Amino acid sequence: MPVKLQISQLRKSFGEGNQNQVLALDRVSMSVGKNEFVGLIGPSGSGKSSLLDILAGLSLPDTGEILMDGKSLLGRKGEVSYMPQSDVLFPWRTILDNVTIPMEVAGIPRKEARKEAMGLLPTFGLESFAESYPKMLSGGMRQRASFLRTFLCKKDMMLLDEPFGKLDALTRMQMQEWLLDMWQKFQHAVLFVTHDVEEAILLCDRIYVLSARPGRVLGEVEVNLPRPRTSVMSTNSDFIRLKRNLLEMLKEGTGH
Amino acid sequence: MKNWPNIDKSRLSGKGAKGWLSLALPGSLLIALLIIWEMAVHLSGIEKWLLPSPSLILKSLWETKDLILHHSLQTLYEALLGLVIAVLVGVLIAIMIDLSTRIRQAVYPLLVVSQTIPIIAVAPLLMIWFGYGMTTKILVVALVCFFPIAVNLADGFRLVDQEMIRLLASMGASKGQMFRMVKLPAALPFFFSGMRIAGTYSVMGAVIGEWLGASRGLGIFMTRSSQSFLTDRVFASILVIVFLSLIIFGLIEGMARWLMPWHRRSDFK
Ligand SMILES: Nc1ncnc2c1ncn2[C@@H]1O[C@H](COP(=O)(O)OP(=O)(O)OP(=O)(O)O)[C@@H](O)[C@H]1O
Ligand SMILES: [Mg+2]
Repeated sequence: MPVKLQISQLRKSFGEGNQNQVLALDRVSMSVGKNEFVGLIGPSGSGKSSLLDILAGLSLPDTGEILMDGKSLLGRKGEVSYMPQSDVLFPWRTILDNVTIPMEVAGIPRKEARKEAMGLLPTFGLESFAESYPKMLSGGMRQRASFLRTFLCKKDMMLLDEPFGKLDALTRMQMQEWLLDMWQKFQHAVLFVTHDVEEAILLCDRIYVLSARPGRVLGEVEVNLPRPRTSVMSTNSDFIRLKRNLLEMLKEGTGH
Repeated sequence: MKNWPNIDKSRLSGKGAKGWLSLALPGSLLIALLIIWEMAVHLSGIEKWLLPSPSLILKSLWETKDLILHHSLQTLYEALLGLVIAVLVGVLIAIMIDLSTRIRQAVYPLLVVSQTIPIIAVAPLLMIWFGYGMTTKILVVALVCFFPIAVNLADGFRLVDQEMIRLLASMGASKGQMFRMVKLPAALPFFFSGMRIAGTYSVMGAVIGEWLGASRGLGIFMTRSSQSFLTDRVFASILVIVFLSLIIFGLIEGMARWLMPWHRRSDFK
């Protein structure tokens, strides 16, 4: 598979001076193929969000390089669809006007943007909240709105930072199915951050495991389960083996 | 997709009995105080030029209503015009302060210090420079009112949620888009906090301006009345000043609701 995103030897620290400097990422290298679904798991504080920030062009690494389609991505904004960990909905905009933000930024006429978003709201269980303000929604609904907004960025590289963390089991399953549908349809590349090992196995082609701070790549795991996958597979022996494998890697990396 | 739970929309409304009480409680306290005042005046037999009873004040207000209307319109006009200038200047200063940290560091302290100069001391100067006409009064109002607007709005710009800015940045938004889509709406509640303060000051500013000398306006009407010991008229003017301030406050509140449908005052502060 041709490479979409190539991350090499990334290092990122925060803070100034020698004492209070925090090393968040250290020698991180990974790649995402065109239309590949890649997972990223790691303990809290391992630098997953920091990595996504860098990929979105919001911050610069100390050293290292990122190539997307062969060109440097460092500091370039507006090239990926980025869903931050917190939902960041604008309180003064209705849900409909929130999800159309990326289209507004791109200069797509308001009417057209609204029409397209309207068509997608039912899939996300948000149709009766199109004209509601975010504060009237539950955390899970806000997360779905944020997810839809990310999807409407329409870039062929998607960065999702724990997109389904706040959803109940059933809704989460529906969203996962929808994401896989869309991924199969549009064939874009996905980098998917999650805490949930089972979710990672269910969705991804390949999974990278990061260590506790400073985040280093402990290893990567190919998921060779056939698609389409369903949650029934979680009792399958291959699935269980993968899960044990990943959990062990995580345990090692945290030093417990 | 399948069945989504039916979420109840009762969060949309709210309020109810509480809003009614918030009017009834101060209202009944006010009426009680007025009754005590009325009785005290009658029982003590105090001279009416010292302390007129509420009923006498109302009577006097009714009898001089044409005269008071004549003066009130002038004061209201000055207050509104001064307020408009204050908004323009205040917004301009706030945007300037927001443009660069250097400008903020230079302007902000001077702005705060300038507020320690009592307006009563500045007004006579304005009188010397601009005469007894309306310009002086409008300037006094503008001077009193621009500060709360400028400072609140500048705070609003500064305290804007950086996550929203970052989100837009990740989409490749321009500076202008960020200003229009995040900074402006985020600062609106702050702007209106400043406006509420400015609005209540505005009538006072106009009256102070007129006090020093004018041919028309509530300030000069009060001065003349008190010089002739027409204390009931002084009280009547105070009543009208309160009323004018409430009108301006109501206008601002209405505008705030109209411009910020997502924002309920009850959730703020
Ligand atoms: N802006 C910042 N300034 C200083 N330190 C930061 C900043 N952002 C992140 N860090 C630090 O970098 C480390 C990695 O943070 P990051 O948010 O990337 O972790 P994460 O893997 O996303 O964690 P979680 O799973 O809890 O979301 C943490 O120790 C954090 O304190
Ligand atoms: Mg994170």
